Amino acid sequence: MTDLLVKNAYVIDPLSGIRGEIMDIAIRDGKIVEDTGSGAPVIDAGGCLTFPGGIDSHSHVCGTKVNFGRYMSPEDMRAGRTARKGVMRVTSGYSVPTTFGNSYRYSTMGYTTVLEGAMAPLEARHTHEEFTATPHQDMLANTLFDGNWAIMEAVRDKDVKRAAAIVAWTLDAVKGFAIKLTNPGGTEAWGWGKDVHSVRDEVPYFGVTPAEIIETMIRANELLNLPHSVHIHCNNLGVPGNYQTTLDTIDLAPDLNRNRQSLYLTHVQFHSYGGSTWRDISSKSEDIARAVNSRPQVAIDMGQIMFGRTTTMTADGPMEWKLYMLHHNKWSNHDVELETGSGIIPVYYGRKSLVNCVMWAIGLELALLINDPWQCMLATDNPNGAPFVKYPEIIALLMSSRYRDIERSAIDPRTEHYVPLFAIDRELDWYDIAVMTRAAQAKALGIERIGKGHLAEGAEADIAIYPLKPDELDPAADYQQVMAGFAKTRYTIKRGRVVARNGEVVVEGANSTIWSRADVPPEYDLNRDAEFVKKFEQYYTVRMRNYPVQDIYLPRGYFISTEASL
Amino acid sequence: MKIEDVVCTFCGCLCDDLVVEVENNRVCSVENGCTLANEKFMRDHRLKNPIRRDGNGWKAVSYDEAIRETAEILLDADRPLLYGWSGTHGEAQSVGVHLAELIGGVIDNTSTVCHGPSIMAIQEVGHPGCTLGQVKNRADVIVYWGANPIDAHPRHMSRYTTYADGFFIENAFRDRKVIVADVRQTESSAIADEFLKIDRGGDYAALSALRAIVRGKGDLIPSRVAGVTREQLFRVAEICMKAKFGAIFFGLGLTMSPGKYKNIRNAIELTQELNRHTKFTISPMRGHWNVYGSNEVFTWITGYPYAIDFARGIAFYNPGETTSVDILMRGECDACLVVASDPGAHFPRACAEHLARIPTVQIDPHVNATTHLATLQIPVAVTGIDAEGTAYRMDGVPIRARKLFTGSYPNDQEILEKIFARVKEAKRS
Ligand code: SF4
Ligand SMILES: [Zn+2]
Repeated sequence: MTDLLVKNAYVIDPLSGIRGEIMDIAIRDGKIVEDTGSGAPVIDAGGCLTFPGGIDSHSHVCGTKVNFGRYMSPEDMRAGRTARKGVMRVTSGYSVPTTFGNSYRYSTMGYTTVLEGAMAPLEARHTHEEFTATPHQDMLANTLFDGNWAIMEAVRDKDVKRAAAIVAWTLDAVKGFAIKLTNPGGTEAWGWGKDVHSVRDEVPYFGVTPAEIIETMIRANELLNLPHSVHIHCNNLGVPGNYQTTLDTIDLAPDLNRNRQSLYLTHVQFHSYGGSTWRDISSKSEDIARAVNSRPQVAIDMGQIMFGRTTTMTADGPMEWKLYMLHHNKWSNHDVELETGSGIIPVYYGRKSLVNCVMWAIGLELALLINDPWQCMLATDNPNGAPFVKYPEIIALLMSSRYRDIERSAIDPRTEHYVPLFAIDRELDWYDIAVMTRAAQAKALGIERIGKGHLAEGAEADIAIYPLKPDELDPAADYQQVMAGFAKTRYTIKRGRVVARNGEVVVEGANSTIWSRADVPPEYDLNRDAEFVKKFEQYYTVRMRNYPVQDIYLPRGYFISTEASL
Repeated sequence: MKIEDVVCTFCGCLCDDLVVEVENNRVCSVENGCTLANEKFMRDHRLKNPIRRDGNGWKAVSYDEAIRETAEILLDADRPLLYGWSGTHGEAQSVGVHLAELIGGVIDNTSTVCHGPSIMAIQEVGHPGCTLGQVKNRADVIVYWGANPIDAHPRHMSRYTTYADGFFIENAFRDRKVIVADVRQTESSAIADEFLKIDRGGDYAALSALRAIVRGKGDLIPSRVAGVTREQLFRVAEICMKAKFGAIFFGLGLTMSPGKYKNIRNAIELTQELNRHTKFTISPMRGHWNVYGSNEVFTWITGYPYAIDFARGIAFYNPGETTSVDILMRGECDACLVVASDPGAHFPRACAEHLARIPTVQIDPHVNATTHLATLQIPVAVTGIDAEGTAYRMDGVPIRARKLFTGSYPNDQEILEKIFARVKEAKRS
């Protein structure tokens, strides 16, 4: 039995309805309990801001394309290296750090759970290997289905149940957490160097549309009762005028789940552009926010960009090609047979680029114009909009209109003609930030049920204590302190153990990998489906028996089990 | 006992459809494999136990002794080099990286003498590639440049390219065009629809000519470029531009010929250029079954695919300086641990001579050229036969190699973990 008592914490725990109270938190064996035994070690939080451990619901940190981002970028590796120190291993990388680099940096910011935004099923084993080398965070993997042939055939046959069976089989085989659709249909079209340009465009050969894929998958997801909803990266990412596609996508989402959204739209900043070319690109954040505000069945994350150098990487192969045609920097692409694609290019977001300034404004506007913070999560699509180490700056911008005004004077002066940002005076408070960085994620991912994102009795003792005293600080004025405070916790506690202190990692860490397993009736078990097996053996280059990720790759695997309603 | 869907741990094709029969802890037959696979599985004559050099001969030592001695050699070294790694599984590679970090050594893999230049080119311009199934199911044009798959990757053509029927390619042999570019005729060039016979050292020029034609600057092309006629260059460019899906595969004939990484850069840029017209991908023909795995593992831990120097506490990478051959050539290295490779056979003579002068420990199941340079050799289980673990195919697809029976040898990972533990213990006290 290991106990720990955190005293004098200024707690904000939105899922438990705690909005800022000085209290003690008792921990036993990694869980929050009513009371510790006497003599438990004590941490005095000294009235500092205390949140449940941070949860990133969309980040690219592990797997084939992330590692290729490192592989092709020695300049980025050089830009962020640290030496071995205590229990900390050597790290490299600024925008695409090594696995230990990611893990330590998240940990010192108080993050204890991270969802990898895109895992190609065929290459899942790789993602899991890197998860194991990301020791401080519990990890989950969005699993790509956007160009899955079997799924598109089921969509063509209007067979939602078959689609559900394919999802169940795949998640079980690759130890995935949720359904991810990245540019649905577009990644298959990219197999021929093409793309789809609206939700009604047909995918070559398969004759289905993105809209049909999205609708089928939302229903399949709910048939399986999966913890998370469908997680979508809409078509037309980064294209001027794409806000219409985003609105069309939002319109496709029915309200099917009482506990959470039915559709999660990721990095919506990249999907909220008006205009028709790069010259007249403008913000359509108001239209998007209006749509979100009127539909409880959707939730989004910001996809904020921040100025500076970073690396873009996504399963959206055709989008990366377009970006390459714009930047003419180095370009990598990696199509995955029968499943999806991917691409990588390095970028620089400049304050002197009007387009980049408009993008920067849009992300902030989404967070400020969406009324309910539970519907808008803070993320940069790490590292696409910016490396996650920029989160503290984003928090400061959202909490201080004064800081936004200072930034305004540093960016392209034409920006204000294209964006509403500087007319918005809303300033978010500590509670909003707690929602947008952990509580909303736990709810959206459906992992509050396993004790994530809150501090109620029985919850996982994942806790972040920041060197910030809400009673003595005015975030609107003291935004510099806010930024510094969120960059380095005083304590990060993971499963009841202090893992980082004042910016330094103090233990080696031992994470879990969380995945979803939906039990389907035997007639929906694809291992017994002759047609599925035959096509698999015919068109994949890996034997079906060698495809599933063996248990050994998840040394501390944990699955959320559901009963499918098939 | 017959075991199906066995992974062949010989070349970068990593075929996973072998049927192997095992009796009394010995492989007695292999189906579906090529001759190289048969060789690997059937002629597996291993060293019986660890051996230490003793004057002109060898003396048997125990595993414990060998491990202790290796740890001492590494602890004693100022500039240790941990080299090889392409013939073992990822889990062992990972321990190797942590060991190198712990002792402040240099860790490098066999890319240093094969596709190192390809990696450098990719670091300059990127890499538009794909998994092999994408090629099998879609590609109607295949280009092999400086590669002779029939010899080095015997099932590449039948599983993934020329002869592989795919979803959109019902009759591979009829529906696919094959282009081979090489400085000499090979078995592979013999079956090509177009064979570009290039003058030695002329790859860069030939690639530039194709790029120019694809760019619409064909009028610049003289009547012959590097031994290839203008007409043929135009014909080949036309085939490529008209392809629905084209795939270039290149081998050491391009990577290691004059121009080296510049050749690869040019080939990648040709691929990028072709993507303005149609879909095109390019991929290196990685040789050893898990050399790509060593690049992957090194990268997620250190940030770099090969040639990593931990001497200054951080991970430092500078091919040409931190690459094994250069470190050995400069006579800098004062102890070497060789794992799952054979530098004695593949390194320049001067490097091999240096290895013979310093304490060199080899962890390898078989007697090879490096044995003759080594001070100590520790035999281990063979991944894919009596050890299991992760391998990355030449296209990055990770596959778990099977263990066909439990033998008496420890595996690479176990040996390395013991060395690591001893070194760590010694560092602590
Ligand atoms: S082609 Fe390579 S992997 Fe396949 S059977 Fe032959 S040696 Fe083994
Ligand atoms: Zn993403």
